[in-house]
Amino acid sequence: MREDLKRIREAAVEAMQQADSIDSLNELKVRFLGKKGELTTILKGMGALSDEERPLMGQMANEVRDEINRVLDARMEELRQAVLNAKLASETIDVTLPGRALARGTKHPLTLVIDEAKQIFMGLGFEVAEGPEIESDYYNFEALNLPKDHPARDMQDTFYINPEIVLRTQTSPVQVRTMEKKAGELPVKIICPGKVYRKDDDATHSPMFHQIEGLVIDEHITMSDLKGVLLAFTQQMFGKDVKIRLRPSYFPFTEPSTEVDISCVMCGGTGCRVCSNTGWLEILGAGMVHPNVLRAGGYDPEKVSGFAFGMGVERIAMLKYGINDLRLMYENDMRFLRQF
Amino acid sequence: MQISYNWLKELVDIEISADELAEVMTRAGVAVEHVIPTNKGVTGVVVAKVLEKEKHPEADKLNICQVTTDGENKIQVVCGAPNVAAGQTIAFATVGATLPDGVKIKKAKLRGVESNGMICSVKELGVEIDKIPPEQKEGIVVLPEGTPLGTSVTEVLHLDDYILELDLTPNRSDCLSVLNVAMEIGALLGKEVRLPQPEFTCNDENIADLAKVTIEAPELCHRYTAKMVKGVKIQPSPFWLQHRLQCAGIRPINNVVDVTNYVMMEYGQPLHAFDYHELANHEIIVRQAKADEEIVTLDSQKRVLADDMLLICDGAKPVAVAGVMGGENTEVTDDTTDVFIESAYFQPTSVRRTSTRLGLRSEASIRFEKGINFETVLTAAERAAQLIQLTGGGTVVNGTIDNYPTKHERAMITLPMSNVNQLLGTEISNDEIKAILTKLNFVITKEEGDMLTVEVPAYRPDCSIKEDLIEEVARVYGYDTIPQTLPFGASSRGQLTEAQKIRDNVVNKLVGLGLNEVLNYSFINKNNDEKLNYPADDIRRNSVAILNPLSEEQGHMRTSIVPGLLNTVLFNHNRRNEDLAIFEIGKVFLLEGEITPEELANEKWTLGIALKGKSNATWQHTGVEYDFFYLKGIIEELMAELKLTNVEYRPCKDNSIYHPGRSAYLYINGQMAGVFGELHPAIAANYGINGHCYIAEIDVETIIAQGIRVVQVELLPKFPAATRDMAVVVEENVLAGDLERVIAENKGELLKSWKIFDVYQGDQIAKGYKSIAFALTFQADRTLTDEEVSAAYDKVLKALEAQYQAQLRN
Repeated sequence: MREDLKRIREAAVEAMQQADSIDSLNELKVRFLGKKGELTTILKGMGALSDEERPLMGQMANEVRDEINRVLDARMEELRQAVLNAKLASETIDVTLPGRALARGTKHPLTLVIDEAKQIFMGLGFEVAEGPEIESDYYNFEALNLPKDHPARDMQDTFYINPEIVLRTQTSPVQVRTMEKKAGELPVKIICPGKVYRKDDDATHSPMFHQIEGLVIDEHITMSDLKGVLLAFTQQMFGKDVKIRLRPSYFPFTEPSTEVDISCVMCGGTGCRVCSNTGWLEILGAGMVHPNVLRAGGYDPEKVSGFAFGMGVERIAMLKYGINDLRLMYENDMRFLRQF
Repeated sequence: MQISYNWLKELVDIEISADELAEVMTRAGVAVEHVIPTNKGVTGVVVAKVLEKEKHPEADKLNICQVTTDGENKIQVVCGAPNVAAGQTIAFATVGATLPDGVKIKKAKLRGVESNGMICSVKELGVEIDKIPPEQKEGIVVLPEGTPLGTSVTEVLHLDDYILELDLTPNRSDCLSVLNVAMEIGALLGKEVRLPQPEFTCNDENIADLAKVTIEAPELCHRYTAKMVKGVKIQPSPFWLQHRLQCAGIRPINNVVDVTNYVMMEYGQPLHAFDYHELANHEIIVRQAKADEEIVTLDSQKRVLADDMLLICDGAKPVAVAGVMGGENTEVTDDTTDVFIESAYFQPTSVRRTSTRLGLRSEASIRFEKGINFETVLTAAERAAQLIQLTGGGTVVNGTIDNYPTKHERAMITLPMSNVNQLLGTEISNDEIKAILTKLNFVITKEEGDMLTVEVPAYRPDCSIKEDLIEEVARVYGYDTIPQTLPFGASSRGQLTEAQKIRDNVVNKLVGLGLNEVLNYSFINKNNDEKLNYPADDIRRNSVAILNPLSEEQGHMRTSIVPGLLNTVLFNHNRRNEDLAIFEIGKVFLLEGEITPEELANEKWTLGIALKGKSNATWQHTGVEYDFFYLKGIIEELMAELKLTNVEYRPCKDNSIYHPGRSAYLYINGQMAGVFGELHPAIAANYGINGHCYIAEIDVETIIAQGIRVVQVELLPKFPAATRDMAVVVEENVLAGDLERVIAENKGELLKSWKIFDVYQGDQIAKGYKSIAFALTFQADRTLTDEEVSAAYDKVLKALEAQYQAQLRN
């Protein structure tokens, strides 16, 4: 019997280790360990053993069964793993193929710039104001210190609806409208993004374009505040290394007035084609609000002061996104719009 | 304004280069746009004399010349200019010389004859063709006899110079004068300015005996002065004068005309020279024109005048449009000997109106309309007399005419010095403030504590209030020196209004749904009214017309967002971008009656959507064809985003833009908020669009009026839901929306939600009928029994049967 058990153990271990499928392993399990299996059959002969031998053989039979089970489990695990691996291998896909084409919507680049400007200025405590695009001559010109015969009206080619009504040539009319609405309240801190219109149409001018106006009025507002606010804006819009430069200029509604240049965002100021080798880009006009404009808005220039600025959104978008042709902005070519 | 750099150097000691000077001026507010060298690359061209000239044996038009550049050695050169002659002093390019555009002079053989150089014309020396005076137009330039041989010709012709091209802001019209620019530079560089001193010899006649000036319109002609020069020889001006005019962009004509232009550039004072003998009665009358009075101006154009225009007349006829242009009838000609020089101050707005209405902007009118220096009116006339005498001989007549009926005074401004730093945020000392103003020729007439009384120089009419003076201080102090600070004081809320937030939300949602934002002009062509087939009395036909449009295409303001979208669809189709899903949000402009400053147009924020073609395809899937329900899905998502729940869609059969069977009105809380659907094929054809196109127009104002909704969540159910399907057969013209309304009205306590999951029409159903299948979800705060669910189910079914004769399918 001892010999039989030894033989069964060896035969079972060898057969199981060589089993090459889960099915054949299951068959071996039945063959050796099943109710009619070899081990069970042998154990049926236990009754014939002596009292001394029976416990020894019992113990040995248990050891053989455990050994066979161990081998069986290990082999079973190996075979299962192999089956899984084979299944996974058969499921391989080409992961370099493109993914599902979900529709990706885009904002117009001018909206992107306006959104960004709104975020920046809201962070600086500005509200967003609005006004009509078909505007009275009064708000567009006269209230901005530009009476009817003023030579500076030549600076702008105006679309007229009638002698008293124009398409606003700038977002500046919102200045006086806002002041009237605020009715003396302080501080006034607004930006006004929006469409403006000028009778000009060529490679670098569009008859409709966008501006962002800014206006701050309070006690003790200074030109240094103007510089600080514009620096904060341009560095957030174009990067923290951007420098600004102010040049004296003229606008009828500010005094002193200034043009504001930023260091070229393309070359960093060393000079390139975009900045005509000057290292500087003109991006906005600004100044201290003219006393006549403060008065027109119902504020006393002896008690408060303010600054205003205006910038072209197209210009900023072109610089920021490397757009070299203004016309792309209004053609709405999907190949252009889908890039944003 | 263009100015010769060397001219400025004659007036101020400038020790920096033209480029550096340009930078200094630009940073102080007088922008120099370009610095242009007048020597375009000329070297090795020297003064020479033609000793001999003989005809070329082989060529009719060529001459063989012997020239000398040192008076001793002969150089043989072949010359083709018709005017070359022995004895002339000429500009000779030696072998090795360079000319503009990189031309290099080499030894050559012309028809077998050796040529060692080239005799030059001014054009060949780089003078622009439209700046060449008449006598130098043909052939080589002939230099004055006695010009030292061997001298560089660029020196003789003053070509070693730079043009400063100024880009002046409208307030700095004082810089339309070289002297004023020199004073600006003097202030910026801290240098003295050397002003010209008119000096001349006079004869013993007096102008008062020779001419008479009467001002009949003193409110338009504030001052009229005159000088006379007799016995003048009309001839070309000297090269230095010609060069300075050429730098200023003016073509030299003859000495008298050139001098009037030169002094205009110098003083900013426009002058006019009359031929004294052409002035009837030798008198000048300054008066307003009569209506429709005519004059032929110097440019040979007949001008018809209005009665508020100012006219210069002699004893018989008009001789000039005051401040704008002189008349042809009294112009200086080659035969003129006696010259009457006018220098006047005309009222700026009047000149501006006249020149605008005549469509005639001249160098003179540009200066008068901004206001000239009222103190140098007479000085400029004297300066012209001096220069005419210098360039054309003759004698200056004694005395001056100076009628000055409307006196000007220098403006006075009081400036509290503390205001300077208060406005600029700087710490400029009072001494520095005063020093800067003084450098700029402002006169401090009084100083009391903080308060300055400042007299404005006569050439700075742009300065009238204290802020102007603060700007003067700031720009000389340097804008760069102003510190950078952020405003302090009461804090403010940086925020958007509710309307702005809602509009931004709409844009963000549509972008999230995969639509591309487009932006069209607000202008449209009026013919869109017909292309969109608006009814005759439609409000959208009441568009705002532009009085002076760029074109008919852009003649009106849009009353609908649709034309722009359709043009975008077409534009992209023509570029093979056939599939698109786009939106635009912007204003349309509606007129409700006459537009006045008090009642402007109704500007309505509007959302437009257009779908055409299909969604993206890949290797895995074909794209989804856009259809009505794709568009409606977008709108439903948008409504959900805006938390608008009381939304209804009603069939639209009466909108000319849309397919009458495939369009719907959008109602929010019972209020019409938009319309959408398939573009009517006739409209598509009008815009050249092939195939189906889907359009939506949504009134953003109505959405905004709903306010911002904040969602209140429903707690998640603790007990399982029961679902039952219900497929009902109804007549095919019954609307799903109506069935849903009945379900909603009969949902009771238990029916929580339902969804249409199938619509069928076909063989298995009687003709004229359709089946609509609903998935109903029942739920309560307990586990529902079958009986409860069935009862709720039956209630809905009964109601459908009762109202729409719905039959349960099967």
